[in-house]
Amino acid sequence: MIAYLTRRLIQAALILLGVSIITFALLYLLPADPVRQIAGRSATPQTVESIRQQLGLDQPFVVQYWNYLTNLLSGDLGRSYIQRSEVTELIVSRLPASLILMAGAILCELAIGLTMGLIAAVKRGSVTDQTLMVGSFIGVSAPQFVVGLLLLYVFAVQLGWFPIGGYGTWRHAVLPSLTLGILGAGWYSRMMRSSMIDVLRQDYIRTARAKGLARRAILFRHALPNAILPVVAMIGIDIGLFMSGIVVVESVFGWPGIGQLAWQAIQRVDIPIIMGVTLVSACAIVLGNLLADIVAPFIDPRIKLR
Amino acid sequence: MKRYLTSTVATSALALMLGLMPASAEEKLDPNAKQGGAITITYKDDVATLDPAIGYDWQNWSMIKSLFDGLMDYEPGTTNLRPELAESYEISPDGTAFTFKLRKGVKFHNGREMTADDVKYSLDRVTNPKTQSPGAGFFASIKGYEDVAGGKAESLSGVVVVDPTTVKIELSRPDATFLHVMAINFSHVVPKEEVEKYGADFGKHPVGTGAYKLGEWTLGQRLVFERNADYWHKGLPYLDKITFEIGQEPIVALLRLQKGEVDVPGDGIPPAKFQEVMADPAQKARVVEGGQLQTGYITMNTTMAPFDNVKVRQAVNMAINKERIVKIINNRAVPANQPLPPSMPGYDKNFAGYKYDVEKAKALLGEAGHADGFETQLFVMNTDPNPRIAQAIQQDLAAIGIKASIQSLAQANVIAAGGDKAGAPMIWSGGMAWIADFPDPSNFYGPILGCGGAVQGGWNWAWYCNKDLDAKAATADSIVDPTKADERYKLWGEIYAKVMEDAPWAPVFNEQRFTMRSPRMAGDDKLYVDPVHIPINYDYVYVNDVQ
Repeated sequence: MIAYLTRRLIQAALILLGVSIITFALLYLLPADPVRQIAGRSATPQTVESIRQQLGLDQPFVVQYWNYLTNLLSGDLGRSYIQRSEVTELIVSRLPASLILMAGAILCELAIGLTMGLIAAVKRGSVTDQTLMVGSFIGVSAPQFVVGLLLLYVFAVQLGWFPIGGYGTWRHAVLPSLTLGILGAGWYSRMMRSSMIDVLRQDYIRTARAKGLARRAILFRHALPNAILPVVAMIGIDIGLFMSGIVVVESVFGWPGIGQLAWQAIQRVDIPIIMGVTLVSACAIVLGNLLADIVAPFIDPRIKLR
Repeated sequence: MKRYLTSTVATSALALMLGLMPASAEEKLDPNAKQGGAITITYKDDVATLDPAIGYDWQNWSMIKSLFDGLMDYEPGTTNLRPELAESYEISPDGTAFTFKLRKGVKFHNGREMTADDVKYSLDRVTNPKTQSPGAGFFASIKGYEDVAGGKAESLSGVVVVDPTTVKIELSRPDATFLHVMAINFSHVVPKEEVEKYGADFGKHPVGTGAYKLGEWTLGQRLVFERNADYWHKGLPYLDKITFEIGQEPIVALLRLQKGEVDVPGDGIPPAKFQEVMADPAQKARVVEGGQLQTGYITMNTTMAPFDNVKVRQAVNMAINKERIVKIINNRAVPANQPLPPSMPGYDKNFAGYKYDVEKAKALLGEAGHADGFETQLFVMNTDPNPRIAQAIQQDLAAIGIKASIQSLAQANVIAAGGDKAGAPMIWSGGMAWIADFPDPSNFYGPILGCGGAVQGGWNWAWYCNKDLDAKAATADSIVDPTKADERYKLWGEIYAKVMEDAPWAPVFNEQRFTMRSPRMAGDDKLYVDPVHIPINYDYVYVNDVQ
């Protein structure tokens, strides 16, 4: 286990290094000049050069990257070009909001997805099953921007059950979590359905039925725990999915997370923030996958860590 | 409400003839205004910084004006200059020395009294390359600027503290725009001790002399401005509190406004909802329309064939159907025929420009030796409505035989292509168009039409350089005497007429501003389309539902 963990952590570090090199190189190759963004339109060439020098952007790529990396290792992500604040401070102030949103989304996708999958599996082949699976298909394919605005319009504007965007109470979190969760719910309902159908075919279920156990007891005590585990093990991988989703969902709902930060930074070519958010997201994805792999053998003994 | 404007203009014109400008900021306040109350304003994007030396976007521009003050300012809702922290000023006969007498008893938000040393410190700071101010270049006419900008000095030799309430600023050349420069945010006065305390984070902890002070700033969520009870301008501001909610999509902000949760959507009415809002009389009544110091134009790279031929550029000017383009953006603009926008002093109402005339355009193209047209590229920023506008331009050009392929790119990439001499033959300026820094005709020339801007990385995307006009511009800007302002504006009018003759641009339209407000918001309509305060003049607006 320890050997496995060590190996995976080294791999993770290499992946992150790779991500940082690729992102840094892509941003370096951008035809847009960040110095001109900072210097503004009335700057003299002299001012532009002075700023370029102060930021070290006149150095060759390798030197720039090396400087960034050494600062990074001491926990310094640099200062935003536009906001002039520490990138770490900007990300840290926004991370809790994104984590809350993700937790809410996981809750939503599990609650909706597992329920839908369970019902569909039990009523396999029926109209209910087909309706639910069409619903899950829509959930998977509907653009989050549209889903978000639709939910906002119906539940916040028309019905007034929830606030129209913003951040603060649990009520603010419901609609954005739901929007982000609907996509995952579609996947989970499909996985849950097939996993459940698989389990319901097993011998021990037949035995339980032969014993004369109530249908409800078979379903919830014997089948569900076995069917649910492989599905739940996928949550780690979801984090990667969320990282792309939060950019859209956070802007629709005015949710102050890192997705919004990233989107604004991209529009303004604020390279230190783009780098910072990319690295934090990459960390989350790598750790999420690692977690999923570590948890898997505990849930399904057939899987062995090697 | 309107009366105070005319009275101050009259007194100031008289005073200027005597070479002395008395205090006029204590104008009559709106007798209907009520003190108190709080409003909510929404924005989509984060507020980048509230440091007056650094903030340079339309969102923080007006916020900074409410937290800080400069020596000069504008009468609310107008482009008329008036003294602010200065009580009066004197201009030397040759126009190279400005002596400002400071208002007494003005306090920073930290309680300390503002003095002439603070004025000098603020100007030294903004011009110091270490501050990385995007506005440093505005101060180039101050004596000693070169040494500070070049890192050879820490202090501007031209800014002299005469006594604690008098500061004298010497220029290396007469500069008619200097009083405007003393009104832009970059020259706003900051307290040294607070700047040194917070360092690079001063922009998050702003301390000024303005009508409001920063109460709270939760990154990415909200900013709260609170009334500065010690504000030197007695009776202002009217509101107790302004909350800026950040991260709100314009469409969501509009929904919240309709529910009464928001007072002004800072990003305006979303284009997709514009017609719906304007078709509803109840909502339309709460929209204030006004001009903007902005022009949308097509640049033609005068150094690239075939745009090096003036006839080709004139043909393009005649080929563009501006009325149709204005319709594409739901009439949120007026057609333009010259670089200056109508609300800018110096705008020539009688200028005819190039009329839309396809046949004449074709004939001109033929005279230039391109009777069969040619192929070229039109660069455009990739956010709506700009690609749609570019398509309309493309069709108009096709009608005279010019086949333009559209290069739709991110803003930064279009700016980079424009600043490269061999980069872009044509650019539609939408989304990146020039908005004046201050209401003076010169501000539409230097960086975007003058030789100084036609450099690698510059903003003169037409690469238009006419040395005679540069000389004429210098002459115009040396007319410092405010009583000769009309003569100066006339000179600028001639400069822009000559520019249009050479046709490096095809001006297309001037965007109009549409500010929507909640029913409870009150104050003169002008405050809601104030030319230097976008979206609104926070210091002078009030709400009518307070006791």
